[in-house]
Amino acid sequence: MHFVSELVGFLNTRKKFWLLPLIIVLVLFGGLLFFVGGSAMAPFVYTLF
Amino acid sequence: MKTPLYILGISAYYHDSAAALLRDGEIVAAAQEERFTRKKHDPDFPAQAARYVLEEAAIGLDRVAGVVFYDKPFLKFERLLETYHAFAPRGLKSFLTSMPVWVKEKLFMRSLLEKNLKNLLPESNKLPAVYFSEHHLSHMASAFYPSPFEKAAILTVDGVGEWATTSIARGDGPSIMVFKEIHFPHSLGLLYSAFTAYCGFKVNSGEYKLMGLAPYGNPRARQTAEFEEKIRGELIDIREDGSFLLNMAYFSYATGLRMYEENRWKALFGAEPRTAEREDVPQTYMNMALAIQRVTEDVVMRMARTACENAHSDNLCLAGGVALNCVANGKLLRSGMFKNIWIQPASGDAGGALGAALAYWHIGLGMERAPQKDDSMRGAYLGPEFGRDDILRTCKRFHAPYRSMPEEKILVETVADLLAEGHVIGWFQGRMEYGPRALGNRSILGDPRNPEMQKCLNLKIKYREGFRPFAPSVLEEDAEKYFDIPVNSSYMLLVAPVAEKLRKAVPNGYEELPLWERLYFQRSELPSVTHIDYSARVQTVSRRTNPRYWALLSAFKERHGCPVLINTSFNVRGEPIVCTPADAYVCFMRTEMTYLLLGDVLLAKSEQPPFNGGDCWRTEYALD
Repeated sequence: MHFVSELVGFLNTRKKFWLLPLIIVLVLFGGLLFFVGGSAMAPFVYTLF
Repeated sequence: MKTPLYILGISAYYHDSAAALLRDGEIVAAAQEERFTRKKHDPDFPAQAARYVLEEAAIGLDRVAGVVFYDKPFLKFERLLETYHAFAPRGLKSFLTSMPVWVKEKLFMRSLLEKNLKNLLPESNKLPAVYFSEHHLSHMASAFYPSPFEKAAILTVDGVGEWATTSIARGDGPSIMVFKEIHFPHSLGLLYSAFTAYCGFKVNSGEYKLMGLAPYGNPRARQTAEFEEKIRGELIDIREDGSFLLNMAYFSYATGLRMYEENRWKALFGAEPRTAEREDVPQTYMNMALAIQRVTEDVVMRMARTACENAHSDNLCLAGGVALNCVANGKLLRSGMFKNIWIQPASGDAGGALGAALAYWHIGLGMERAPQKDDSMRGAYLGPEFGRDDILRTCKRFHAPYRSMPEEKILVETVADLLAEGHVIGWFQGRMEYGPRALGNRSILGDPRNPEMQKCLNLKIKYREGFRPFAPSVLEEDAEKYFDIPVNSSYMLLVAPVAEKLRKAVPNGYEELPLWERLYFQRSELPSVTHIDYSARVQTVSRRTNPRYWALLSAFKERHGCPVLINTSFNVRGEPIVCTPADAYVCFMRTEMTYLLLGDVLLAKSEQPPFNGGDCWRTEYALD
């Protein structure tokens, strides 16, 4: 939670909320890769791209 | 009694990680991680350096009030995302390479730091608070707060931190006010690094080689003038106030894994990039080095003028990687623009650890500042010291015969006589230096009057490129007799001309001669420290900051009539400067040094037992 509040604070100070979707996608993909491994991720990746 | 407040500064995860500790704002200790891990430019969390600085203060991490990291990861991430966005679809490969590291680690820098700090404090759950200082603020703080000035203009120039690549500010008491910044991708440091790479040297470590190569460029050659014209006309647009824009069509560092657009550079300069494997350096690259050095000096000079006008001060503080360009620093000094110039000895990213801690102390906590007469860096001798017991243990471990010399007068006279006989001596004493220069505590010494010494040191001791120059240490009191340097240069960060009376005239057509003929021509009475253009990177040695090294120079002067010695860092090519007596002994045995002084113990190579692994350094250390 600390990370999220710091990140929101940062985006607010810098007025850069347009970066938020990109960061969310990157972090979610990163998290998925980390927790479920590459092969389990494949169906999501194929659906998206 | 009031409990002292400790602040720990950390720089890490890019290159040259380091730790620095303040006690009530006073610098207790600072060291680079590479010295402990023996991995040059080690970027990892500085666990050993942090452990050392805490030991030096005899405290645990639980006594530290705050840990300050030297840059702001979110801001850096913002720069990366915006840069990839601006250049898309170029840079996809670089994006895919860098993002996993960011998403996995660097974006969560606070957690990463806390995890590593916890390893330093396994027995307790209480961690100090972690703060983040902006990269250029860390540099500015490292340049201004330890300086001897109450007020000063501050100029920091480097490759890149978060966004800023250049900052101009004014320091006044405990405050720093920024006037101007130049932002990524427009960077003087990265421009210089691009030429470093094109001339066949490593980025982030070979920049000083390019600087050393520049004087070999022919100042009268048409090619040099054309290169300079092309740089100014095509690569960089320099404005009157020193601000500049790079033509990004020629650079790929913003999105690529290389520094420059090879085809465009080849078409522009009419030369292939020099490969790192190539032993010789053709004249074209020397002329190129001279051209970019001239452009760099011009930009630095203009920016300094802007700093001077904005800050209304005749004192200047410098930091950032470009501040290690001592040729530009020397010219800045001789321009007379500033009465006093102070340069942070750890100007690169390692110095960011100290700057971050100082920024938190003065800006974060609002603490007052009391400038010291010389400065508050203690001669940059801020690293670990090893006592007689450690040294004798090392001798025992290697079964090394030694001669003990507890009386300092005898010790310095003996070493002075050996140097005059032509011996190359490893000189290890006191606290290790903070920053890239060896300043007389972890040094290899030689006689500068010996014309063979440069060749011998480069090829037999340091195993590095033969064209590389060596720097002199001179007694502070005699500096002006030997060099045209009106101020102290304690940190070897100013290049000055060798005094006119010591110079020897070069023959007609000297600039056209092949490199080695020019190099081995005796240009002065101190041939081994006189660079090809009669310049020298001078270290003035003060009795106050390094009494034993000062005593050695005094003994050399008294007994052999010369207050100057060659001083080069105690390492071989690609190796970090030695830290412990054991590192020093191993380096001594692997090279052709003939004597080694460890504290007050003298070891002669001729008396040492055979050493296994004499050539191992070639595989152990990647060439830089």
